[in-house]
Amino acid sequence: MVPLWWYLSLAVVLFGIGSAGVLLRRNILVVLMSLELMLNSVNINFIAFGRYYDDFRGQIFAIFVIAITAAEVAVALGILVALVRNKPTLKIDDVTTMKG
Amino acid sequence: MGQGFFLLFATGAVVTALTVVLARNPVHSALALMACFLQISAIFVLLEAPLLAVVQIFVYVGAIMVLFLFVIMMIDVREAVLQRFVPGRNLPALTLLFLLGIEMLALLLWSGRFSAVAPSAQHGGDQVRQLSTTLFADYLLPFEVASIILLAALVGAIVLARKETR
Repeated sequence: MVPLWWYLSLAVVLFGIGSAGVLLRRNILVVLMSLELMLNSVNINFIAFGRYYDDFRGQIFAIFVIAITAAEVAVALGILVALVRNKPTLKIDDVTTMKG
Repeated sequence: MGQGFFLLFATGAVVTALTVVLARNPVHSALALMACFLQISAIFVLLEAPLLAVVQIFVYVGAIMVLFLFVIMMIDVREAVLQRFVPGRNLPALTLLFLLGIEMLALLLWSGRFSAVAPSAQHGGDQVRQLSTTLFADYLLPFEVASIILLAALVGAIVLARKETR
């Protein structure tokens, strides 16, 4: 069988790649996709712990995470469409209206 | 056998995740992210969570990625293709990422708590039944709250993306 820490290491690696995308990429769409990647790596952790400690709550929390992620993506892409309509740019360093 | 499959799917997931971050074209990023979600759902199957694997494919690959591709089609992405990364010095972000990764891996590898090798007793075929019983009996209130959040997000997305007519 696969040891538990293999799954956890995979989740760590995916979380690191996702946070690198969030911090370093310039395109807003790719930043949102990297955010999805980070949420998915957390889901791997939930399900792996739930499996190895024989608890259903891991899977239930993963279901909730998926539901909230769907809501988040819908709102984020709605905001993105509204933003592009007002200011035609996809570069994340051009959107500094709230920077003060 | 499980270890071989895990290594196969984990390698695929890491490679496609790197493609998401490094690809020049956002469409390529979206397709690589779709492949990555498929690998992760295979890992859910290895973790004996078939319901979550199917939900992952339906929700992520079926709904969220189609939403992304629609938005990419609506928006002209060609001008954003030229420069991949935020210009300027990325040193603080890279240092932060490096420290975060080192910290998480060190905590994971040095702690003996995560070295459980054998998962606990195998479940029978009625795993989905137990899961849904737990979900709809003990977690009914969070379930309803999640549905209200989804409804609010739906209405909010429609209101946000609508053209203002006045």
